[in-house]
Amino acid sequence: MLYMLLVAGAIACAIQAVRAKRLFLSALWLAGLSALTAVILYAVGAREVAVIELSVGAGLVTVLFVFAIGVAGEEALHARAIVPKPLAWALIIASSALLGWMFLPSLNGEAPSAESTFASALWQERGLDVLVQIVLIFAGVLGVLGLLAEARAPAENRAMAKAPLTPAEAGAAPSPSPVRATPEEVHA
Amino acid sequence: MTVTTPQIVLVGVLALLGVGLYGLLVIRNLIQIVVALQVAAKAAILALVVAGELSGQINLGQSLAATVIVADTIVAVVGLALAVQVRKRLGTLDVEALSTLKG
Repeated sequence: MLYMLLVAGAIACAIQAVRAKRLFLSALWLAGLSALTAVILYAVGAREVAVIELSVGAGLVTVLFVFAIGVAGEEALHARAIVPKPLAWALIIASSALLGWMFLPSLNGEAPSAESTFASALWQERGLDVLVQIVLIFAGVLGVLGLLAEARAPAENRAMAKAPLTPAEAGAAPSPSPVRATPEEVHA
Repeated sequence: MTVTTPQIVLVGVLALLGVGLYGLLVIRNLIQIVVALQVAAKAAILALVVAGELSGQINLGQSLAATVIVADTIVAVVGLALAVQVRKRLGTLDVEALSTLKG
């Protein structure tokens, strides 16, 4: 019963996150979905991943969404969908039915007992995955730089506009690309 | 017929995947497309952990799910950065505005 409630809540949060008209609400529903996913993972027995999902999915990603929405601004699009909705529903039902047909018969199999610890599974058996994660984190740092460039560029432009000009330029007509003076030139 | 826990979670996985795919197909707002992608990624994380539990190797499933969480987060970061830059340059978040190459 607990699992049913958790899964139903997660599905409701997902539907609201996709249907919400305001982007802030969509981000908040997504945070709720992440929190419920973490609870389901904890209940299933995946405690380490539950903690990671709660901190990263419900924390970091939500902060990133709110920041990006604050920079980009709200924009509600009411235009027609690119893919017709009946076609989208048909594709989703077909793919879900195919996945269910593949998954559900395998639920009755006996589980082999060749268990290793989480640390050995992560650092030894899946060591290559850790290297890939490091590369991905570098890509993420570049992405954050791209995200912050929006907020930083206007401040840099204002600082450039306030920088003092050389004495010759101060008396001359404004040029399209003025050369900034060094502090020594200004004092001289 | 009793419904087991993995069956309940797998039904949830299918539903979450369906909602995410629907969002990817129908939504035109770039930021909400990233939200739909996140919903589909949650389904993948749950599916990996449940598959690990069913095969008796839940820690292997957890390590794969941790990799998916990292990749999913980076995809969100890069996608949001792209959305912000598109909004800055084109003035809209509509994916239709990105199709500047006309055949």
